[in-house]
Parts: sequence; C-alpha cells; structure tokens
Amino acid sequence: MFADYKRGLWHGLPIALGYVSVSFAFGIQATSLGLTPLQAVLISFFNLTSAGQLAGLQLMAVGAPLVEMALTQLTINLRYALMSLSLSQKLDKSMTTVQRLLLSFANTDEVFAVASQQPGKLGKWYLYGLTNGPFVGWTLGTLLGALAGGILPGPVTDALGIAIYGMFIAIILPPFRKSREVRIVILIAVAMSCLFTLAPLFAFLSDGFRIILCAVAASALGAWLMPQPVKEDEEVQA
Amino acid sequence: MEWKLFIPQLLVMAGVTYLIRMLPLAAIRGKVKSVFLQSFLYYVPYAVLGAMTFPAVFSATGSFPASLAGTMAALILGWMDKGLLTVAVAASVVSFLTGMFF
Repeated sequence: MFADYKRGLWHGLPIALGYVSVSFAFGIQATSLGLTPLQAVLISFFNLTSAGQLAGLQLMAVGAPLVEMALTQLTINLRYALMSLSLSQKLDKSMTTVQRLLLSFANTDEVFAVASQQPGKLGKWYLYGLTNGPFVGWTLGTLLGALAGGILPGPVTDALGIAIYGMFIAIILPPFRKSREVRIVILIAVAMSCLFTLAPLFAFLSDGFRIILCAVAASALGAWLMPQPVKEDEEVQA
Repeated sequence: MEWKLFIPQLLVMAGVTYLIRMLPLAAIRGKVKSVFLQSFLYYVPYAVLGAMTFPAVFSATGSFPASLAGTMAALILGWMDKGLLTVAVAASVVSFLTGMFF
C-alpha cells in the first residue's frame, strides 16, 4: 500500500511541477482582477481546474449572474464527466463510495491522462499518491503567483506555459507509434480540433465544448470501425 | 473582491465542477459490457489529449516560433519514449531559448 502511494506520488511529480507554473499565472491574474491572495487560493483549492477557473475569474470580475457561472462551468468542464466515466472502468475494490467521492474531486486532465495509462486496475493508494502532488502544486502555485506576481520574468512564465502540453505529447506518442488504431483516432481528433479552432464558422464553440465534440466523435468512430477485442481485467491496456 | 459577492460565486463554481467529476465515478460501479462502449472508452483518453494539445500548443508560450520549437522538441523526445518530466522540461527550455531570438 505504501509502495503504491509512493509510485503514485512519483507519477504525479511532473504534473505538480507543471501545475505550479500554470497556477502561478492564475494567481497573478486573480490579484490583478481585484481578488485577494486568499480568495485566489480558495478558488484553486476548491476547483482544481485551469480553463474553468480562468473563465470563472472573468465572470466574477464583472459580477456575472450565478446562472451564467454555473452554465459556463458546465460547458467548459463537462469533459471531466467523460474522463470519470472512462476511469470508472479501471478502479479496483478498494475504491469504495467514500473513496470515489473524495478522489473524483482531483480527476484533472493530467491526472486522468496518467491514470488511464497505468496497466491493470487502480487502487485508492495509488490514486491518493497521484493526486496529492498536483493538488499541492496547484494551490501553492496560485499562492505564489498571487503574492509575488511580478518576480518571475515574463519570458520564463511564457516558456513554462508549454510544459503541460509537452507532457501530453509524451503521453500520447508511444501508443501513437505502437497502435495503428490509436494513431487513427488521435489524428481524427487533432484534425477536428484544428478545424474547429481555426474555422471562423465554429468560433462560437468554447474550448471545453470543442474538446468534448472532437473526443466523442473520434472515439465513437474508432469504436465503430475498429472495435477493441474484449480483454481481461488484468490487461486493460495493451 | 467583497466576500459577500465572492462566496456565492465560489460555491456555484466549485459545486458544478465537483458534480461533473463525481457523478459518473460514484454512479457507475459495474463493468461496461458493450464492446462498442468498451472500445469507445479505450479511445477516449487519446482523443481527449490530442484535441486538447492541438492546436493549443502552438500558442502556449505567447510566441508562435517559440511554441513551434518547443512542440518539435516534445515530439522528438516523446517519439524516443523519454519520460513525461524530461519532455515537459525540454519543451519549456527550447521554447525559452527560441523565444530569446524570435
């Protein structure tokens, strides 16, 4: 159990480091929009999400109605429902209802990305290890950014912005190379995402909604044309 | 920001976000039986990450040449099966160095 926790902690380290830099930027922006450092930290502590917080911050700053806040969060963050659904298939018996209630809070894009690539089933100790670092990194980075916004030179914070994407690329490239089916699905998702981002016709799509649309379409197409053979629990991922 | 305005906004924001993450995990206990759904869920992580990364990565650093150089570094190292941290740090360093010139 302790070995699982340590393994998770280790896997979460790159996520935590990436989060410090991203949430640092969030902390700077929060205080520049008139929030206190404590308020900025509370947002990160209770939300643990990047795009949703950024949008929420802007809504708070203009005093938007609560309904708008709710709908915005729903649209941007609905992708997490897809990830939680996918993750629900990989949990072992140690994941009781209480554990699910606690750990689902920390199911971020990056945590999901790493968790979904682990062979076999996932237990609570691994998941606590995996999520603790990112949670601390996200909250701590927000605090540092809110307190000391101007200290890091702009070019450094700019360059750190690509760290998270570098991690995503490192996650998807090995399976991209090894599996033709995965390769096709990724290429469809990427092509759709680029089209929706660049074509003015689709400008009304929020980032969160675009991701859901691309992921559902590409995965459904893949599942329809290239169904995966049913596997035993022990070897969910090839 | 005034606390009496801040607190309701924070509660709505955090509540909606939590429910989206929690409900599928808490509600779905069994194994999905349908081969289509199983295959769908198998592909979801890759499709999500692909759509989140591209084209967003090209504007991740505020300068297109710097982002492009960082992306190339990540693609090359990722192709060589390097670890997540290595690739993430290398992408940042290459972006930073390129950003000094462009």
